[in-house]
Formats: sequence, structure tokens, C-alpha cells
Amino acid sequence: MSVAAPPDEAHGVAGPSEVATPGLERQAERAKARQGFLLGLPAIIYLLVFFVIPLGVVVAYSFATRTRSGRTELRDWNLNAYARLGDDIVLTVAWRSLWVAALTTVICIVLAYPLAYFISTRSAVTRNLLLVGIMIPFWSNFLIRTYAWRVLLDSDGLVTQMVQATGLGDGRILFTTNAVILGLVYGYLPFMVLPLYAAIERIDWSLVEGARDLYANGWGAFRRVVWPLSKPGVVAGSILVFVPSFGAYVTPAILGGNKEGLLGSYIVLQFLSARNGPVGSAVSVVVLVVMLLGTLLYFRSGGKNL
Amino acid sequence: MSKGVARSTAEPQGLSRWWLRGHSLLVFVFFYAPIVVLFVFSFNDSNAVGNWKGFTFGWYEAFLDNDNVQKSIWVSVKVCLFSTVIAVVLGTASALALERFRWWGQKAFDAVLYLPIIIPDVTMAVMMLVFFGEAAEWFNVIPGVDLSSGLEKLVLSHVAFNISFVSVVVRARLANLDASMEEAAADLYANRWQAFRRVTLPQIMPGVIGGALLAITISLDDVVVSSFVAAVGATPISVYVFGMLRKGVSPLVNSVSVVMLTASISLVLASLVFSRATGSGREER
Repeated sequence: MSVAAPPDEAHGVAGPSEVATPGLERQAERAKARQGFLLGLPAIIYLLVFFVIPLGVVVAYSFATRTRSGRTELRDWNLNAYARLGDDIVLTVAWRSLWVAALTTVICIVLAYPLAYFISTRSAVTRNLLLVGIMIPFWSNFLIRTYAWRVLLDSDGLVTQMVQATGLGDGRILFTTNAVILGLVYGYLPFMVLPLYAAIERIDWSLVEGARDLYANGWGAFRRVVWPLSKPGVVAGSILVFVPSFGAYVTPAILGGNKEGLLGSYIVLQFLSARNGPVGSAVSVVVLVVMLLGTLLYFRSGGKNL
Repeated sequence: MSKGVARSTAEPQGLSRWWLRGHSLLVFVFFYAPIVVLFVFSFNDSNAVGNWKGFTFGWYEAFLDNDNVQKSIWVSVKVCLFSTVIAVVLGTASALALERFRWWGQKAFDAVLYLPIIIPDVTMAVMMLVFFGEAAEWFNVIPGVDLSSGLEKLVLSHVAFNISFVSVVVRARLANLDASMEEAAADLYANRWQAFRRVTLPQIMPGVIGGALLAITISLDDVVVSSFVAAVGATPISVYVFGMLRKGVSPLVNSVSVVMLTASISLVLASLVFSRATGSGREER
């Protein structure tokens, strides 16, 4: 305010005067900043009311009191819900979720890396076609894609029959944790392929050529050059797969058994059946913190876009 | 030229080359085989889901005859139209605000805008459940608003996550555009609104349409958030199907699924065509 030139002085000079310009520029800058803020304002208000406040309510719930009738009342703030997180049942579910999410992530890396590598060595036209081929499962209906496995894994489904025909076992994995992992890998694999592709495609291949000239064999060149350069993609993809797997609810509900729930199912159970808002909220807060840490890691590792 | 040479360096030789190709082919089979099988089995003349008995259109007829399914589809369409329109307006405005202006609090807003994209479904669902539980009374004060029907809650919560998706897609488009056209319009005495309508909007239109199609897809596909906020009598189709799946599977689900998946894939393809035709990146995501 104090730095800006007085209004009449600024308006008085029509031409590009060197004395008036800084003031004018600052004024214009300020007007522009105001316009930008006003343009963003509706979305800011909306997200404040329908995202930030709800988030605050969940955090508040995690410290709130549960009455006998199962209502959550926002008074007598306490840490009881967080104390419950130490219970055996919660720890078992949390440990299983962690394990399932980690395994899903590793399997996705193993499946996606060679594919991403293959796509990035294709010509531009083939590359785009293959990417569209990845993009379709990436965006299309997750519920239905998960359900498709129910048809395949049914007691006389195609996959079950194929496994039985090869004599590798009875092939009955539906409603087990293995089926859940399969469903999660199927659902989130595209989330791994795309960032991996983005990282590998960016690699300057003349470095690989250089390594080969220095008598590195194919494997050596890969291990010393390609793999380190593609690491940001591995980190990004791992987070994009790990975070939703860790909080998964739909996949275990469709492919998993009743006895081996994951954290997502546990949260839903707390809200819809056990009517324990504080515990459900506390678990949600923990899942949220894991998600935020993962995202921070992602941005730290140099990821820019999701 | 040099890039072509380098690319050939990248492709492994001999055995590992064929291994790489075989692996990639298998992963694509993994992606698409379940979808193909689902499609085929939606024509299966059997009450069991798994084994093939013969060809029939019966499950599609059952689909057309089922009033509950029709009603749910109608709910989904309404929710997705209203929420998409609101999300596109708010998302596009916020994309412009973030990409073309510098203002106080911008960084914080940018960070918050990303959260709905990365937050796990269940957490978002819980947020909406407790929020509407606590805030229902606040909203009833506003005349004409009745959250008990469920439709409003569905629209409000879908907008909450779709603003971010629209914003990201439109921003990707804006970032690739040169701001000089808008400046030229301003130099030619166009006011801000004229410059936006005549210059900026036509240029970002592919991004806006791409973002809108994406918002429609996400709104139609959402299960978790919707099943937490939907009221009895106004369940969207995805929630209805989810309920059917958990009760026990009838092949009717197959025909409904194929219809939903076809809608979903068509929307994705349309969205890709729109945002790609002009070089803005869905591939950024």
C-alpha cells in the first residue's frame, strides 16, 4: 500500500514513463492477483466446505466420545479410539493390509517394468496405440473389472478349470487373500505401467550406448544405467499402487473372504455395522497419514504430476 | 535420426528380446481377457455364472425388464450430469486461476486440490458420511434444500472429487498454450471476459471436454463414496450392482456389467481422443 504511487500521479502519466512504471506495474500486478483469487474463489469455497471441513470432522470424530447407543458425540475429547488401534484384531488387519499392499506393489513392478520398457522401445505410432491399450483399463469401471475375475475364478470358471487341467492344484482361490491380491494387481497394474513408461521413455539412450561401448554387457548396462535412471518411475508407480491397495475396500468385498478383512473393510464395518465412529475415524486418519507420507515421498522423488 | 539409433540400442538382442515381447503380450492378455470373458458370458444361457451352456439374449432382456436397474441408471445419469456441470465450471475456473495468475494462498490451494485425487475412496466416503451426518441440520436451514433424498448428497460429494480431476486436465492443456494470444487480445482492447470467451475458451475447449468426460466416467463408476451417501430409493447403478454382487451372483449382473463397461470404455476413448487430438496430455497422469 505505502509503496504504490498515488492514484492521480499514476494515471496522469500516459506514456511509458520510467518513474511511474513501477507503481503502475505493481498496481496491475495486484489487480491481476485479485482477479486470479476471485476466479479460484468458488472452487476454494467448495473444497473448504465439502472437503476440508469433512476432513476436520473425521479428525474430530477420532477424538470424540461414543455413547452407549452407538452415536458419536463431539465432547469429552479423548484418545480411546487410538488406544483401540493397539488391539490384536486391529493390528492383525493392519498387518495383513500392509503385507497385501506390499506384495501387490512388488508383483506390479515385476509385471509392469518389462512392459513399460517394451513400449518405450516402439515407434511413435505403436507406442501411442499401446498406451491407449493401457489407458482403457486405467480409467474404465473398476468394480466391473474386479467382478470379471469372479466369473473367471468361479468354482467352474475358466481359470479354475485351466489350473485344474494343468494339475497344479484345485485352483480354488476365490474368497481368499490370494484372490484379493490378484484383483488388486489387475486393478492397479496400469497405475504402475504409466509412470514407469514416463520414466523409461525419458532416458537418454546414448548413455546406454556409451556403457555398451565401454564393454558393459546388456545386463550390466541395464543394472548400472537404465535401472537407476528409471527409479523415479518405480517410486511413483509404487506409491500409486501401494496407497489405494492399502485402503482397498471394493476388491476384498468382491473377491475376498469374510474372515480375512483389510483396513478398508474394517473402517466400513466400524461405521456401518459396529456403529463405532471414533474407532472408524481413527483408522481412517491412520490410512490418511500413510497416504500423505507416500505422496510427500512421491514429490520428494521428483514426481510432478499424478 | 540419432534417437532412432539410440532406440535400437535400447531394445535387447537375441533371447531377451523375445522374452520381452512375450511378456508384454501376456500382460495385455491379462488386461483384456477378463473383459472378453465377461462379455461372452453375458450371453450365457445358464443360471450359473461360470460354465457355458449356450447362447441367449435373455440376460439383456432381463436387464431391460428390471425396473430397479432402470431406476438406478436414471439416478446415476442425473447425479453425473449435475455433478459434472458444476465440477467443470469450478474446475476450469480454478485451473485458469492457478495457471494464469499469481496470488496469495495459491500454493496451499494447489496442494488441497490434489488431495481428492489421491485420498483413498474409503476415507473420502467416511468424510462425506460423517460430514452429512453432522451438517444435515445446517443445510436444512437453506430453503429448497433437502438432503434426505440422497440425490443432493450424491451430487455434492461427486463434485468434491471431480473438481480436482477437471482442474488437472484443463491445466495440462493450459500449460501447453501460449499466453501471448490472450495478451494480444487484451492489447486490442478486448476486456477480460471477451478475451476469455473469444481466445482462451476455444483454445482450452479440448481440455474442458476431456475433463468433462473424465468427470462423467468417474461419477458413473464411483461405488464407495456413493454407497456411503446414497439414500434408500435413490441408489446409483454402480451401488446397485455392488449390492447384487455381495448378495450372490445372478447372470443378470453380467449383462448390466457389460453395458456399464461399454459406456465406461466409450467415455474413456472419447476423452482420450479429445485431449490427445490436440496434444494435451492425459499421458501426464
